[in-house]
Amino acid sequence: MAVHAYSVSSGHYLDWGVISVSVTNALIIATMIVVFVLALLLPFPHDPDDSSREPRP
Amino acid sequence: MSADEPTAPTAVAGSWTAWLRRRIAGLVPSGQVLPDRQPVYVASWIYVFGVLSLASFVVVLATGIALTVRGSLWWHTSWVGHFVNSMHLWSVELFFATMVIHLWGKFWMAAWRGGRGLTWITGVLLFVASIGTAFTGYLSQSNFTSQWIAAEGKDGINSIGVGAWFNILHPAQMLLWHVALLPLVVGVIVVWHVLLVRRHGVVPPLDARSRQGQGG
Repeated sequence: MAVHAYSVSSGHYLDWGVISVSVTNALIIATMIVVFVLALLLPFPHDPDDSSREPRP
Repeated sequence: MSADEPTAPTAVAGSWTAWLRRRIAGLVPSGQVLPDRQPVYVASWIYVFGVLSLASFVVVLATGIALTVRGSLWWHTSWVGHFVNSMHLWSVELFFATMVIHLWGKFWMAAWRGGRGLTWITGVLLFVASIGTAFTGYLSQSNFTSQWIAAEGKDGINSIGVGAWFNILHPAQMLLWHVALLPLVVGVIVVWHVLLVRRHGVVPPLDARSRQGQGG
């Protein structure tokens, strides 16, 4: 199903079947997904010799 | 020890204070309320979003208290009021964004494992209660936006049969839900959720055991 973009006076919307979402909200959701993926992939800065971290059962 | 120094109280059988003391002391294992050591797998950005949600919630509460004290004329007409009002809005936006990313991370690592089912359930309740709190906040802006939201939403609320008790066309009722009742509900569930996290510990990644077995 094709995604249609249309504009009304209150802003720009993407229309996909029963789903209608404003471009602003779609961009925010996309940004959140990017942040989520980056949180999984980016290394967390820490000292590898840090002895203060320990496994917990 | 001299005779004047206080001694630890001894439990009296049937004492409700002794029972309550034992329950409070047993809520979280010793040293885990505010730990200064974390498991190695917590060194990941995905584990940051829970505390980011908590930090956003603190800003929401602080700015909300300021708005409550000063009132709608202040947040509509003064530049300080506009600033605090915007802080309140954007901390709510960050609260939801970080909470949803926290939810995604916990869902994909099946965070209900290891006896953490109630932690997951309280997180779900927190999400739902937060949506209700935010909704009543949008209804309490005292502008045309809140009026439009109330007019658009009333049929939905009436269709589920709660309009007589939760009347979104009633600004005073919505404001009191927003500043008194719902923040208390969200606050209690936040404390409950954090206590459960401290009680059961941060959930390990799905492959933590196998990686540890490989020396990873």
